[in-house]
Amino acid sequence: MSALRVIAPGGLALVQDLGRPGYEALGVPRAGAMDAFALQAANRLVGNPLGAAALELLGGGAEFVAEAITLFAACGADLEARLNGEQIAPWRATRARPGARLSFGGRTGGWGARAYLALAGGVDAPVVLGSRSAYLSGGLGRPLGMDDLVVAGPAWVDPDRIAGQAWPAAHRPAYASDAPLRVLPGPHAYLLPGAFAGLLGARFTVSPTSNRQGLRLEGVAFPHRLSLPSLGVLPGAIQLPPDGQPILLGADAQTTGGYPLIGMLIQADAPRAGQLLAGDGLRFAGVGEAEALAAWRELRGWVVAGVEHDEWSDAAGAG
Amino acid sequence: MQTTDRWRFDPLGEAALLATCAETDMEAANRAALALAEAITRAALPGVGAVVPAIDSVLLSFDPFHISRAEIEGVLRTLTAIPPPAESAERVVVIEARFGGEDGPDLAEVAGTLGVAQGALISALCARPYRVLMIGFAPGYPYIGPLPALLNVPRRATPRAAVPAGSVAIAAGMAGIYPARLPGGWHLIGRTTAKLFDPTRAEPALLRAGDRVEFKAI
Repeated sequence: MSALRVIAPGGLALVQDLGRPGYEALGVPRAGAMDAFALQAANRLVGNPLGAAALELLGGGAEFVAEAITLFAACGADLEARLNGEQIAPWRATRARPGARLSFGGRTGGWGARAYLALAGGVDAPVVLGSRSAYLSGGLGRPLGMDDLVVAGPAWVDPDRIAGQAWPAAHRPAYASDAPLRVLPGPHAYLLPGAFAGLLGARFTVSPTSNRQGLRLEGVAFPHRLSLPSLGVLPGAIQLPPDGQPILLGADAQTTGGYPLIGMLIQADAPRAGQLLAGDGLRFAGVGEAEALAAWRELRGWVVAGVEHDEWSDAAGAG
Repeated sequence: MQTTDRWRFDPLGEAALLATCAETDMEAANRAALALAEAITRAALPGVGAVVPAIDSVLLSFDPFHISRAEIEGVLRTLTAIPPPAESAERVVVIEARFGGEDGPDLAEVAGTLGVAQGALISALCARPYRVLMIGFAPGYPYIGPLPALLNVPRRATPRAAVPAGSVAIAAGMAGIYPARLPGGWHLIGRTTAKLFDPTRAEPALLRAGDRVEFKAI
């Protein structure tokens, strides 16, 4: 069974799956992977169900030693993964022998915040309200630390059969592109004339105070005095507090908030938003609902289509 | 945007919508919102995900590849056309708390701001059960009210970085109870040992929207 010992956790290493939907009315945020696409891809590469738990690694600096023969895949941000010092390809199922060192140097290619490190069998951690996801501000789970042992369950698929298989490059979100994040107008856009249009024309920078709860966006502000009774919110919603600096809500966002919602990120662009780091620039573009649905359908299709089968059989044949 | 007389339905992206009740009376709007949330939950529509009732609104997430926005809005128009049932089976939950002193460090200041004696403030809070208008902000955190005008104070100018678990607080015409050690901007007037949230319980949250809370000074 796959197992990794933590030598260094890097920026922040958390166990995440697809979160705990269904408890929002009790005030429990969904949590889960900030980039759910990369999580699902990493799981498929190592033969796991899409929603198995994996490690969400923020930035570089994480280092592990395999304590057993381990089949892993790292998807999402290319954090310069190395196995025993040799650079290895992300988005590929890779085997590590006991004692092998797996390290992550840091962002390469000018984009990305989080890599999802899936282990064949799925990372084991206590299930709370249906999920293994850490939700730190709610006291669920904790960041991984030095010497923690990350153990996977029994593999679903024989690791020898699937080692080497890769995720098609054409079937990934446009992570590296500087294309704007696509948004739909929010339910309160009509109460703040000009704010949504202003959002679309502006260039923002992700503030250093950003975290899994939300990204604070600096650059242009749209101050207002609109006060609303608290209302339900979701990850991807764009809140506008009175100071006018938009907040793009993340996976750990509180379930309710009192700020107007001027926009909502389309589902297909949520993975790219989950890969933003403090200091990154971003822009928004408005789309229609039909385009949002088409883009989301395409993304879901890639998750279903899965791995590159030709490479998989080549790799298996090469032994 | 779709409207009925009392409701507007606004998209929140391609997979959610916000139903807002236009009723100006907060308590009436809240009753309507909770009744709608309950009716949607009871309808158990395939493809509907989160149903989050709040002060005067209900947030609904859905999978647009299973159920369309038009279908959901159709159901909502039907549900909102039915007058909400009279609330007969409200639970009343008694919350025992110690008020003032170390347990309620802001009590004296708040009483001063409101121009009432500390005892009178506590008596007003404990005089009758108040409604849990919504759960939000943190797991299990209840917004209780509306409180009488006598108890209406704005939030603290500067929020605290950490408020002890169990703190009973008031602000903005409502009372709240901090389920855990959390940052907080409400005025702390007391503290309870009741456990508001415990994920290992069958019912993780002690209170649900629509419950009534009766504070009791001990």
